Amino acid sequence: MNSTAASPPLAPPVTGTPAVTRARRPSTFTAYRWELRKLVSQKRTYMGLGLAVILPLIFVIVQNVHQHHDRGGGDSIFAAQITQSGLATPVLMLLFESVFFLPLIASLVAGDIVAAEDGNGTLKTILTRSVDRGQVFASKTLAALTYGAIAVFLSAIVATVGGVASWGFEKITTFSGSVVSAPEGLLLVFAANACYLIPLLAVVCIGVLLSTATRNSTASVVGAVGFVILLFILAGIPGLEGIKPYLLTEQFENWHGLLRTPTDWAPIWHSAWVCALYAVPALFAAYLVFLRRDVAGG
Amino acid sequence: MTDEVPPVRARGLVKRYKEVLAVDHIDLNVRAGDVYGFLGPNGAGKTTTLRMALGLIMPSEGTVELFGRDPMRAGARALEGVAGFVEAPRFYPYLSARKNLELLAALDGDGAKKRIPEVLDIVELSPRAGHRVGGYSHGMRQRLGIAAALLRRPRLLILDEPATGLDPAGMRDMRELIRRLADEGITVLLSSHQLPEVQELCDRVAIVDRGRVVYEGALADLRRQGGAGYRLRSTDDAGALEVLRAQPGVEHASRDEHGLSFQAQESDVGALSFALARAEIGILALTPELATLEDLFFRLTENGAQPETPIGAGAGT
Repeated sequence: MNSTAASPPLAPPVTGTPAVTRARRPSTFTAYRWELRKLVSQKRTYMGLGLAVILPLIFVIVQNVHQHHDRGGGDSIFAAQITQSGLATPVLMLLFESVFFLPLIASLVAGDIVAAEDGNGTLKTILTRSVDRGQVFASKTLAALTYGAIAVFLSAIVATVGGVASWGFEKITTFSGSVVSAPEGLLLVFAANACYLIPLLAVVCIGVLLSTATRNSTASVVGAVGFVILLFILAGIPGLEGIKPYLLTEQFENWHGLLRTPTDWAPIWHSAWVCALYAVPALFAAYLVFLRRDVAGG
Repeated sequence: MTDEVPPVRARGLVKRYKEVLAVDHIDLNVRAGDVYGFLGPNGAGKTTTLRMALGLIMPSEGTVELFGRDPMRAGARALEGVAGFVEAPRFYPYLSARKNLELLAALDGDGAKKRIPEVLDIVELSPRAGHRVGGYSHGMRQRLGIAAALLRRPRLLILDEPATGLDPAGMRDMRELIRRLADEGITVLLSSHQLPEVQELCDRVAIVDRGRVVYEGALADLRRQGGAGYRLRSTDDAGALEVLRAQPGVEHASRDEHGLSFQAQESDVGALSFALARAEIGILALTPELATLEDLFFRLTENGAQPETPIGAGAGT
């Protein structure tokens, strides 16, 4: 910078105070795309996704070594089918991971996505550009939701590929005892994962709220996971059976209805509105906090 | 005062943090083309004021407008034509400088991406643009902060302590860059602790102390009103000192190894020259010495007293 005389002139030269011209402003999608690029560039992202990949792999390897096809899923009908159909593996993995593991992975990003930028001071950097706070908030929330969805489907894909590679692409028996063909079973596996996204995305919204309100990544991640654990504990307390259908954690099993014949849509619709009761207020509160907060971090 | 919309206009700006009054009814008037120094001791409220100007924090009372737009109401639209940074510029350490600028350009829109090579050249970071910002020195980050600001082709540049942490060469380079940007017509609002830097670069200043503006106006006016001093070298300094002490309107006359110094109004200096001539003392040099910005700064902010001539808000605005 010590040879500024040789530096090119700024173009175009700016003089006086011309009337403020209306520049073409970036869209929320642009901000969202860059949120994803930031996620892609961070090790933390791969730590969570790595966990989502490793657990199904470990499961498949262990089952291959021991061939204990009567174990692993407890009383689940799918545990008994591990060595009979590769499609039993992703269903069992969803059973295991849906309770704690996937909410934890989703919270890793949701709890961090605002708080980390606040702590690093980069939030003020992006808030002094041409995007509104609402756009920044929307892009961050969408990125956290996307991450949660990717973690779920990545785990499902790895479990499916591992299961099918080990035990074949075979027909599978559902919760209600009916047998479905392998292609239909595959469709049901991914539909079940899609249904599971409903409660998981509510967890993400709670993580985003904590991230926005606490400005502390660790507290937000722990808080979101702690909230899930708290609900599990509440569900187990005698005398609180009445609230059980309205606990977010109970909705983690909403996808079971898909693996019945005929399909039981009731738990899915129930989970949709129950999860909305958690997600919408959390997201709205986070939005208000984000819009009105003082950004002085970093 | 012209009819043009001022780049920055703050009226009655207040920021309270519970019991602490960080900014206390600040008025600012930054005019187009100004290189405007914003001075004050630590904790005076400078950074808080700049944060409010950029819409990062909400004023408790009052308004601040950038080119007539309030960031609290107009959001990002109020920042059109405005760029800068508050405290140290911050970037994503895991991205390269170029990627950081691409991200910011995407958030700027309006073809900002095309200007990345140009602004990297201006701050001389092109050779290191592919390196991660996490490995950058403080000075390089400051320069990248300037580059990020220039991406927006600003008409108003808000810089908070841009030379902090730079070595002397870096400070000189930063001064040159700011001067060059000002020469190209960019209005600069410069918060700084570097009083020589402000004295060299700025034409108008606001001095804040404990959240209040204790002076706003032209730097030259401030220095003039701070009291005119003179230095005198003569053919007979001892005799000249006697004349000075006897001369009405001349105060604080003293002698040192470089000659004599005294304070007087300009009209009294003419009479003094005649008095010296009558005493057959030749004048070798008689030069006015304006008070330095540093003198005035400490006078305004340490004593809590203002100069005898009121130099408060309004001068030059």
